[in-house]
Amino acid sequence: MPSPPHEPPSWRQHASGTHAAATAVEAEPSAEQVIAGLRATSEGGVQLLNPEGERVSHPDFDLEISAAELKSLYRDMVLVRRVDREGNALQRQGQLGIWVPLLGQEAAQIGAGRAMAPQDMAFPSYREHGIAWCRGVDPTELLGVWRGTDHGSWDPNDTGFQLYTIVIANQCLHATGYAMGQRFEGMIGDSETGEATICFFGDGATSQGDVHESFVWAAVYDAPVLFFCQNNQWAVSEPTERQSRVPLYRRAQGYGFPGIRVDGNDVLATLAVTRWALEECRTGNGPVLIEAFTYRMDAHTTSDDATRYRLAEELEAWKLRDPIERVRVHLVREGLAGQDFFDGVAAESDELAQRVRSHAEAMPQPGPERIFSEVYAEASPPVQAQREEFLAYHATFVDTEEPLAGSSIDTEEPLAGSSIDTAGDR
Amino acid sequence: MAAPATDRAGSGGQGPSNGPSNITLAKALNDGLRAAMEGDDKVILMGEDIGKLGGVFRITDGLQKDFGEQRVLDTPLAESGIIGTAIGLALRGFRPVCEIQFDGFVFPGFDQIVSQLSKLRYRSQGKLPMRLVVRIPFGGGIGAVEHHSESPESLFAHVAGLKVVACSNAADAYWMIQQAIDSDDPVIFFEPKRRYWEKSELDTSVKPRPLHTSRVLRTGSAATVVAYGPMVRTVLDAAAAADCELEVIDLRTLSPLDLAPVFDAVRRTGRLVCVAEAPGESSITAEVAARVQQECFYSLEAPVLRVTGFDTPYPPSKCEEYYLPDLDRVLDAVDRVLAH
Repeated sequence: MPSPPHEPPSWRQHASGTHAAATAVEAEPSAEQVIAGLRATSEGGVQLLNPEGERVSHPDFDLEISAAELKSLYRDMVLVRRVDREGNALQRQGQLGIWVPLLGQEAAQIGAGRAMAPQDMAFPSYREHGIAWCRGVDPTELLGVWRGTDHGSWDPNDTGFQLYTIVIANQCLHATGYAMGQRFEGMIGDSETGEATICFFGDGATSQGDVHESFVWAAVYDAPVLFFCQNNQWAVSEPTERQSRVPLYRRAQGYGFPGIRVDGNDVLATLAVTRWALEECRTGNGPVLIEAFTYRMDAHTTSDDATRYRLAEELEAWKLRDPIERVRVHLVREGLAGQDFFDGVAAESDELAQRVRSHAEAMPQPGPERIFSEVYAEASPPVQAQREEFLAYHATFVDTEEPLAGSSIDTEEPLAGSSIDTAGDR
Repeated sequence: MAAPATDRAGSGGQGPSNGPSNITLAKALNDGLRAAMEGDDKVILMGEDIGKLGGVFRITDGLQKDFGEQRVLDTPLAESGIIGTAIGLALRGFRPVCEIQFDGFVFPGFDQIVSQLSKLRYRSQGKLPMRLVVRIPFGGGIGAVEHHSESPESLFAHVAGLKVVACSNAADAYWMIQQAIDSDDPVIFFEPKRRYWEKSELDTSVKPRPLHTSRVLRTGSAATVVAYGPMVRTVLDAAAAADCELEVIDLRTLSPLDLAPVFDAVRRTGRLVCVAEAPGESSITAEVAARVQQECFYSLEAPVLRVTGFDTPYPPSKCEEYYLPDLDRVLDAVDRVLAH
């Protein structure tokens, strides 16, 4: 049985001190040593539901939760995981250019997402499909980013969920500025109606200067922003030990605000701690840092091959801490849900996956005019001229039997690109 | 668009009187910022030392005292932080105006400008407008240490989604900063720091021209000389000293370029000299030359010549008089185009 994260795991005893690198540089470390090293910064953390599906008490974060709420959280996680697996499959079948899996991080995201109030704003990175779900962004709306038909189609102002941000940690400053605005507008103070901002980023992002600057700014402006770091142990191929000597949550102390680690595979603990942190923010006691200690059970993206840098044993160990399974076991053990419920959720998830698949397969190819759309509020005459010229050029292909531009190497005619440059003085 | 900038003229207690006055470019910027802040309480200023100190060039002098610390923010010393949090405030509906203390200090914020500020409207297909201005004092000639005299405008003009402008006199400074703040696009606003203390006429009763237009400052038939920012004064001095009639055009807007007046002038004069402090390679002057040869090929009587900084890092200040285009280098280029 794996140990809960607030007790040092048994294999931890094999690690030499807190320096993972020390073990990493030794020749041919055993699998156990490698995993021990990777977990060397593991300590503490709030847990309310252990991997065996048993409720655990915590002196600071008690959570009373009804059977209906528990089942709702379970349903959320199952549906989000099913969408995630469908996204992976759609990429493998050529319907998506790439997919970014959230597998293993369902509890961290559903716990955080369900702790948010409607008036709150979320700034995601690019793996937060579970947060999107909680904010009412339909999973089909996520597809365009990964299929390449748009850069994010949902309305952040309607959903309280900003667009995905690909450049690591850029969104942390946006979240901080947005939260400063909440404070400037006097929208904090009341625990019911007050606003808060939540910013999602990963363990790798904590090395970026923008995270440091976000922490500095949020602290000096008392911004109502919750920094929610999903430490999924891997920044593509680099372990957390490549980003930090200390557990990430401890960094907050240096900036003058609280940092707390939560078992990110425990949806109840994540929900309770995030609720508390958002309450702190909306009543004017922000910022707060949460480190959700979790695990990226799939590769970084569908383009990544995680077998090149991490051990199968590690994944097997984390499978025993699966975020969904522990809730299922708990529901069964406590007699809160019967097989009908689980079958119903499974059927619903298959229907959702089918809807996502059908949507992906029917997504239209954007036309060339899309390139020029909304570059500026006030049109740029040079860009307008390029648009008109290219659309006219492109239209010359449409009524022919020839393939469209881009495949012209297969035709006998030379590429007609030079005709774009028409001089006005001829 | 918010209320037109013309409605704001002279409405402030310490703003310019409605009528002609002779003021410094720095004071004109200060008056323009004040008018914008009075016209829209979502306009906030952010930057290093811009509050109590009034900015190292005093452009924001007195504004924090009058508008408070929540409208004029003395920020931590981090340019990515300034731009990044300003983007967040813009997402919230504010109209932030960021001051970058010196041209060479903008690069920690360059990531946020290029990766986010320029692209958020496009990424969201218009749902997330970026109403944000980045003010950058630029150019040399002040005897400063490294990183205080650069001309990085071409780097921004190359980025789709940004508008880039440069003012050259008090009237333009006063109006253009208000128009930039009114814009629904992000504007990189270049200020010619060595001209901050030069006085010129500002008549607030004269309606300003649109922001993204160039301006013919002097008509002539012998050759056309194009400049922007700090080089406009240099070129006007050269035109006054020349023994022929030069047409002088202040570009004002660097992205998008407004080259119709330049094409018109080149078709009449057949000769063009482009002047800028920035290195010439892949620059604004290179773009002007390329467009002019495309549009005016058969009107040209001579190759387009450029008078620019060299393709070197900005030199130690004791060498800057060699580096910066001056009246003699401009006139030498004019002589060469006229020799054809």
